[in-house]
Amino acid sequence: MNITLKVWRQKNSKERGRFETYHVKDVSADMSFLEMFDVLNEDLITEGKEPIAFDHDCREGICGMCSMYINGRPHGPLQGVTTCQLHMRSFKDGDTIVVEPWRAAAFPVIKDLAVDRSSFDRIMAAGGFVSVNTGNAQDANSILIPKTDADLAFESAACIGCGACVAACKNSSAMLFVSAKVSQLALLPQGQVERHERVISMVNQMDEEGFGSCTNTGACEAECPKNISVENIARLNREYLSAKIAK
Amino acid sequence: MTSSKLDAHIPEGHMAEKWSKYRSTVHLVNPANKRHLEVIVVGSGLAGASAAATLAELGYKVKVFCFQDSARRAHSIAAQGGINAAKNYQNDGDSVYRLFYDTVKGGDYRSREANTHRLAEVSGNIIDQCVAQGVPFAREYGGLLSNRSFGGVLVQRTFYAAGQTGQQLLLGAYSALMRQVGTGAIKMYARHEMLDIVNIDGKCRGIIARNLITGELERHFGHAVLLCSGGYGNVYYLSTNAMGSNVTAAWKAHKKGAFFGNPCYTQIHPTCIPVSGDHQSKLTLMSESLRNDGRIWVPKKKEDAEAIRAGKLNPNDIKPDDRDYYLERRYPAYGNLVPRDVASRAAKERCDAGFGVNATGEAVFLDFAYNLRYKYGQMEATKHGIENPTEQQLFDLGKEVVKEKYGNLFDMYKQITGVDPYHNPMMIYPAVHYTMGGLWVDYNLMTTVPGLYALGEANFSDHGANRLGASALMQGLADGYFVIPYTIGDYLSHEIGTKAISTDHEAFVEAENGVKEKLNKLMNVKGTKSVDHFHKKLGKIMWEKCGMARNASGLKEAITEIQELRKQFWADVRIPGEQNEFNPELEKAGRVADFLELGELMCMDALQRNESCGGHFREEYQTEEGEAKRDDENFAFVSAWERTGDNQWTMHKEELKFEYIKIAQRSYK
Ligand SMILES: Cc1cc2nc3c(=O)[nH]c(=O)nc-3n(C[C@H](O)[C@H](O)[C@H](O)COP(=O)(O)OP(=O)(O)OC[C@H]3O[C@@H](n4cnc5c(N)ncnc54)[C@H](O)[C@@H]3O)c2cc1C
Ligand code: SF4
Ligand code: FES
Repeated sequence: MNITLKVWRQKNSKERGRFETYHVKDVSADMSFLEMFDVLNEDLITEGKEPIAFDHDCREGICGMCSMYINGRPHGPLQGVTTCQLHMRSFKDGDTIVVEPWRAAAFPVIKDLAVDRSSFDRIMAAGGFVSVNTGNAQDANSILIPKTDADLAFESAACIGCGACVAACKNSSAMLFVSAKVSQLALLPQGQVERHERVISMVNQMDEEGFGSCTNTGACEAECPKNISVENIARLNREYLSAKIAK
Repeated sequence: MTSSKLDAHIPEGHMAEKWSKYRSTVHLVNPANKRHLEVIVVGSGLAGASAAATLAELGYKVKVFCFQDSARRAHSIAAQGGINAAKNYQNDGDSVYRLFYDTVKGGDYRSREANTHRLAEVSGNIIDQCVAQGVPFAREYGGLLSNRSFGGVLVQRTFYAAGQTGQQLLLGAYSALMRQVGTGAIKMYARHEMLDIVNIDGKCRGIIARNLITGELERHFGHAVLLCSGGYGNVYYLSTNAMGSNVTAAWKAHKKGAFFGNPCYTQIHPTCIPVSGDHQSKLTLMSESLRNDGRIWVPKKKEDAEAIRAGKLNPNDIKPDDRDYYLERRYPAYGNLVPRDVASRAAKERCDAGFGVNATGEAVFLDFAYNLRYKYGQMEATKHGIENPTEQQLFDLGKEVVKEKYGNLFDMYKQITGVDPYHNPMMIYPAVHYTMGGLWVDYNLMTTVPGLYALGEANFSDHGANRLGASALMQGLADGYFVIPYTIGDYLSHEIGTKAISTDHEAFVEAENGVKEKLNKLMNVKGTKSVDHFHKKLGKIMWEKCGMARNASGLKEAITEIQELRKQFWADVRIPGEQNEFNPELEKAGRVADFLELGELMCMDALQRNESCGGHFREEYQTEEGEAKRDDENFAFVSAWERTGDNQWTMHKEELKFEYIKIAQRSYK
């Protein structure tokens, strides 16, 4: 099939960007979306032009590096699928596809479609952990955890830190991302000791990074490639409230 | 017979006591001194993150580098199936000795006993540590941890978190790392690529790194440097590794004196999604854990295989008697759970014989229909008191169980191929997955350059000629959490008098100039072909001539072809953009330039090893049944390659002595 792409090009964080139009011919349905970009970039290089910069690494939907805003939706048209796992069979011959970077004040553009998400790392450094030094642990099976709790914690822990939730949100809120980590640890006995401190530090850091506030529109859940549930946000709010009261 | 240039520093004493004795007698660094000692960690995967966090907890000043935009995205994140540990929670006869034995045997008797034993000893602590961090491993209804089986063993010792074990373990190690970033004990440098090491007076004292956003070169001092930079499977272009996985860090160290161990030992994983076309950029693994419940087969009759290939026959319609469950047939004791090298060669054998089942003839089936219905479906039906369940009921009930165990893998398969694996058998084929070879290290994990260490997949140490499933995660975390924190003390305790060396030192200037020159040279080729063009060509040579099966004449051809390709690369590669900006093509070019040198060494190593062992299968050396034929008399050694000039090497041998395990022919029949 033949595809027309309108892609955001921006030389660096300082210069202004614009859309450029490209035509990609003979796209096979078995190609991944990023493989189509590979083909386009190969053509651009051969023509002596600059290829389009975009982030990617695992191409298996797990590292969270890929981040394209495709036809107005982070990671494109499918539910629960990252950009790298999107395949061209989801499109048809003659389609025009608009591709932009994540747009959020806390995610400045580095070049073209690549953005800086280091704000997420700083939120994690503020409290997304259990303070246990290596070598201090008791036997693993001495902590019994009901399967349902373990499964729920796992579901929250499946977040890949991609930032689609922020890109999808009209307020650029990072609540889904932060709540996934807070939930995982709040659901497990290991996370109890620091639960109050954790939620407050992480939320404070989130505010400091310039993410917007949550107005419960649920766009994050709808666009999250790992189906992280908004119930996590409710849990974060409860955690936050009880931490504030305890203070 | 061991070369005088190699000393593995294996402690004296009985195998079972070496490590505990070492730990209680190793030199220690006083806590007050640790604050003045700086350690550089290149890599934030399981090995790097766990090492960095632990060293920072101990009080060292640590800097961590990774090329991704966050430490959490290191390639370890993609590991699927699980992590081994000799916990014996299943009471099925597991023990430290058995894990040690399985690993040495699985590695086809080409690993170093002392390291492997230590690995088995600390394996249990890893699970404890991860659980304490909040890693949500799979659990049973009673709240205890759950286990599954992996290939090459007869016990259930693999811990897992659905098909996302690597993700959960890495996020655990990342959280420990970020905690130390928060306290200021670690400084994190994401989107940085190490491009050289800096040696001063015979010791490694730092690195040169490129800031990938600005293109600037930076100098960083460390009293010691840890390379935790992962494996080099991408030398084959197509592999299950992430796109950025590379050999550059290890290779630069190699060029500055670190010997490279067993470069030809690569692991081809039997169950990956087959290549679909020329556009293919990477291959996707379908975890080994699927072999717990999936049966591997091809049609018995060639005409059936042909009909499937032509799309005229649905594999579900082939009767059980007309299916060749070739692993169960050839290896009745281990069946579908034979080690990877054995399973991969068996798949190739069937496909070469004309029984392949996809359009290219390079695929076999991995089929869940049986266990889904008659194991899990039946179990659930019994649980729910359903007598005489219908086929549909069995399917529906079984599907739920399979979904819980492997849901993300099944989704991934469907996403990539467009075929629903709950209803149809998966098509799979072997693909490059892991590299057992890597920088040669001694018992302390130190390379031949003093002060330079290699951990995780980047070193050659524990897996011999073939790695067993679920053992890489174990090794990465063992190295980082439990080995290096002790062994580095042995070195750093002698460094407490060394003040931080200024990065204005001439050795830093010289190294930076070297890197600059190399980058300039790349940018100035201004040729006509993209980096990928050369990478694909190299991959093809490697896969065809140094892949699943190798022979002397093919390897010799490969060496000449790689030399030729390397010349073309330096004459005709085109790198757009500038050096001092965000430039992914330039990053790729540097990595491919190194692969073009490594490839030649891999072929040389494969050529000198006149035997078949583990993942290294030389067609000239096989038994009548087509099994690998080792030559213990002449090849029970690690080959450690010293670089003596541009693309020139000398090989040194480290003799492997088997004192606690009797070396024997590996049999899974
Ligand atoms: C798809 C897949 C599934 C797997 N499943 C399993 C499994 O179930 N069980 C199992 O035991 N093993 C599994 N493995 C193997 C295992 O995941 C890896 O061997 C292991 O994670 C490697 O960890 P590592 O820390 O050594 O390196 P990696 O995780 O690869 O990390 C390398 C790090 O080095 C950095 N780096 C590299 N070069 C440079 C440079 N020049 N400058 C700066 N930074 C650099 C990277 O940024 C990264 O942070 C799997 C592998 C794959 C590919
Ligand atoms: S919550 Fe979902 S969308 Fe947000 S970072 Fe995590 S995986 Fe991405
Ligand atoms: S590239 Fe890793 S999630 Fe898409």
